Amino acid sequence: MGFDGMMLSRVADSLYWMSRYLERAENTARVMEVQLNLLLDRSPMPADNRWRHMHALLGLPNPKESARESSTMVQSLAFDMSHQSSILSCITGARENARQVREEISSEMWEQLNRMYHAVRLADVPESGDSSLHDFLTTIREGVHLFQGITDSTMTHGEGWEFIQLGRYLERAHSLTRLVSAHFREFPHGPEGDQGTALHLERVGLLRCCTAFEAFCKAYSADPQPEDVAEFLILHPRFPRSIRFSTLHIASSLRAIGDISTARNRAEADRLAGRLRATVDFADIGEILSTGLEPFLRNLVRQCQLVDEALYETYIDYPIETALAS
Amino acid sequence: MTVSLQRDWPSALFERYELDDAFDEMFEGRAEVRPQYAPLYKSLLELGHEEMQRRKQALDLSFLHQGITFTVYGEQTGTERIFPNDMLPRILTRGEWETIERGLIQRITALNLFLEDVYHDGRILKDRVVPASMVYSCRHYRRQMGGVSVRRNCYVSVAGTDLVRLPNGRFVVLEDNLRVPSGVSYMLVSRQVMKRLFPALYQKCGVQPIDHYGKALLTTLQSLAPEGREDPVVVLLTPGVYNSAYFEHAYLARQMGTPLVEGRDLVVHDGIVYMRTTAGLRRVDVIYRRIDDDFIDPLAFRSDSTLGAAGLFQAFRDGNVTLANSLGTGVADDKAIYAYVPAMIRYYLGEDAILDNVETFLLSDPAQRAHVLDHLERYVVKAVGESGGYGMLVGPHSTAEQREEFRLRILDDPRNYIAQPTLRLSRAPCFLDGRIESRHVDLRPYVLFGDKATVVPGGLTRVALTRGSLVVNSSQGGGSKDTWVLTE
Repeated sequence: MGFDGMMLSRVADSLYWMSRYLERAENTARVMEVQLNLLLDRSPMPADNRWRHMHALLGLPNPKESARESSTMVQSLAFDMSHQSSILSCITGARENARQVREEISSEMWEQLNRMYHAVRLADVPESGDSSLHDFLTTIREGVHLFQGITDSTMTHGEGWEFIQLGRYLERAHSLTRLVSAHFREFPHGPEGDQGTALHLERVGLLRCCTAFEAFCKAYSADPQPEDVAEFLILHPRFPRSIRFSTLHIASSLRAIGDISTARNRAEADRLAGRLRATVDFADIGEILSTGLEPFLRNLVRQCQLVDEALYETYIDYPIETALAS
Repeated sequence: MTVSLQRDWPSALFERYELDDAFDEMFEGRAEVRPQYAPLYKSLLELGHEEMQRRKQALDLSFLHQGITFTVYGEQTGTERIFPNDMLPRILTRGEWETIERGLIQRITALNLFLEDVYHDGRILKDRVVPASMVYSCRHYRRQMGGVSVRRNCYVSVAGTDLVRLPNGRFVVLEDNLRVPSGVSYMLVSRQVMKRLFPALYQKCGVQPIDHYGKALLTTLQSLAPEGREDPVVVLLTPGVYNSAYFEHAYLARQMGTPLVEGRDLVVHDGIVYMRTTAGLRRVDVIYRRIDDDFIDPLAFRSDSTLGAAGLFQAFRDGNVTLANSLGTGVADDKAIYAYVPAMIRYYLGEDAILDNVETFLLSDPAQRAHVLDHLERYVVKAVGESGGYGMLVGPHSTAEQREEFRLRILDDPRNYIAQPTLRLSRAPCFLDGRIESRHVDLRPYVLFGDKATVVPGGLTRVALTRGSLVVNSSQGGGSKDTWVLTE
C-alpha cells in the first residue's frame, strides 16, 4: 500500500547506473594497480605490450602506438573525461546518477560518493612511477568498498537496493568475463601446465585483478595452474568475484525486484537470468576448456546483454500500451 | 515586562546598531525592548560574542552539510551558494499574527474568486471594477483556461504573499505570489536548526510550531483530487536537478512522502496521466507542479518544452488530473492587477481589506505616468510580470543614467510597469560580523487553500543583508531568518 512498493522507472535506472559506474571505477583501479605493479618487474613483456594488454583486460580498444607512454596512459585511464571508462568519468557518472535520486538514497551514501568525487576531481595527476598513484588507486578501491558497506547498512534492502545489487553484479560479470578472456588470449593454457616465473606472475596478476589470490591459495595452492585459475574465477560458488557468484546474484536480485514491484511481464527477464545462472551453475571446467573457453565466455557476455535488455523492457523502458498497471 | 536600555548601548555587541524612523522589530522608540523580544535580548547579552560566533558557525555548517544551496543565474553556469541564514529569530506576537492570518485568508479567497470570474463570466470586468484591457493584456493571462472548470474553483492552492511593515507598525501586502512560490523549505529547515541552537530560548518564548507544513500541504493537495478518486496519488513535478529550487522540491517530496517526478516520468494516455514505475504505469491524480505554465505541456504551450508532458493540459481540462496551482494564476499576481485587489475584496466579499496594499501608480494611466516620470528618484518602479527582484528600479538608489533608461522603457511599454513609493521597511536585529546590526526585512507567509485555508504560523522572513539595502531577494544578496509566532 501507499508508495512503499512504488518506484519510478527513472529512479530505478539511476540507481542501476550509479552502481554499475562505481563497480567499473573500482575494476579499472584494481586492474591498473596490478598491471602497473607488473610493469615494474623485469618481464619479457615490453611496456608497450603491457599497455595494450591492460586495455584488453578492461575491454577498451587498442591505444595508438604513439600514446603508449606511461603518463599519457595513466592520464587517459584515470582522468580523461572524454574517455567513458576512465575512473574520473565513472565516479562523475555515478555521482550524477545519485544526484538525480537524492531523496531515494541515504544521506550517508550521498556524502560518501560526494567525498570520493571531490577527491578524484581535485587529485593531481600522478606519474606512473609515483607512489601517489598507488595511493590514488587505493582511495578509489577503498572508497567504493566503503560506499557498498554504507549502502548495505543504511538503505532499506528493498527494490532500490536490489537495483543497486543488480547493477553491480551485471557489471562485475561483464568485467570478469573480459578479464579472463583477455588473459587467456594473451597467455593460453598449454597442455602440460605452466612453467617459468614470468607466466606464474601473470597468473597471479590475473587473480590479483580479482582480489582472488589469497582465496585461491586457500582453495588450491600458491602455484596457480591455468585450469584451476579459470575454474576458480568462473565457477566458484561463494567467492564474490567469480562469474558464478555474480550470476547467482543477478538472478536473485531480478527475482526480488519482480516480487516487490509486482510487474506483470516479468517472465522473460526471469527466464533469461535463470538461464544465465544455469549456464554457469551446471558447467564443468574440463568441458569448457575442451570445447573452447572463448566461445563459452562470449556466450556469457551475450546472455548478460540479454538480461540487461529484458530488464529495460520489463521495468524501465517499456511500451506504454502493454503497461497500464492500475 | 520591558527592559530599559541605558543611553549608551550596554554591550559592544550593539555598537553598530542603527535606529531611525523605520519600524524596529526589537526596539520601541529609542530605549525600550519590545516585550516579545525581552528573552532574546537578555540571552544575547548573556551569551557573549564568542558563543554567538560558535553558534553562527554551527548554523552555517548545518546548512552546508544538508546541501541547502541555491543556484545564481547570470554568473557562471550553475554557481551554487549556501543560502545565507541569519540566526536571530524575528518574533511576532500572537495578536500581530492573527491579523495577518485573517488578512491573508481573506485575500486568497478573493483572488480565487477573481480567477474563477476572469476565466468564466467576467462579471468584475463587465461591472468595470477591474478594466478588461488590464486583464487581457497581462502576460500571464492564459486564453486556454477560458471556460475550464477547476476543482473546488481553487486556482491558487499555494500562495506566498510578501508583506512588509511600515513605520507605523502596520503590515501591508507588497505582492502576491500565486504561480510557483518558493522558499518554504528554508523556513522549515531553519526552524529545525534554530531549535537545536537555542533550545532554552525557544522553549521560554513559547513558539507556535510549523513542522506540520508538509502534512498540511499534502492534505490540501489531496482535497483537490478529481472527484471520485479515493486515496488519490499526489506527485511533485520538478524541472529536475539543475533547477535552482531542486533542494526544496526534493525536501517537500520527502516531507509529504510523495514521488518526486520529472516530465519524462509522466505519460498521458487517453486523457489520463500516468507515471512510469517499475511495476508499470500508475495513474496520477494531483500534480503539485513546480514548473511554470509555459512549460507544462508542449502541445498547449511552449512547444520546445521538455519539462512537462505532452497531453497534460487536455487531461487537466477534462478534469482527470488536478494541477496545483492551476494554470493562468499569474493574471492575479500581475503587479498592475495587484492595485485592484482591495476592490476585488469589496466586490466579491463585501468586506474591507484587512491588510492594506501599498500605494501603486499604474503607468498605463497618463496622469499617473506623468507624475511618476517627473519624480522617478522617489519611486520604486517594477516590471509587472517579473519576480525575484529582477527588472526593478529603486529610485533613491539609482543613477541618473538608470532613471533615463527606465524612463524610455516605461514610455515604450507603459502597461508593463508600475511605481510605488519607496517604503521604509521595518528592520530587525541580525548577527553580522560578530556584531548585532539592524537590517531591513519583509515577511513571506505561505497560505494553503483547498477544502479549507491553512496558514502555518510564521513564514520566511527575508533580510536585505547589505547595510541600507531594501532588496531582500536571495538572487540579489538577501538572506532569511526564522520567524517565531508566539503562543501568548
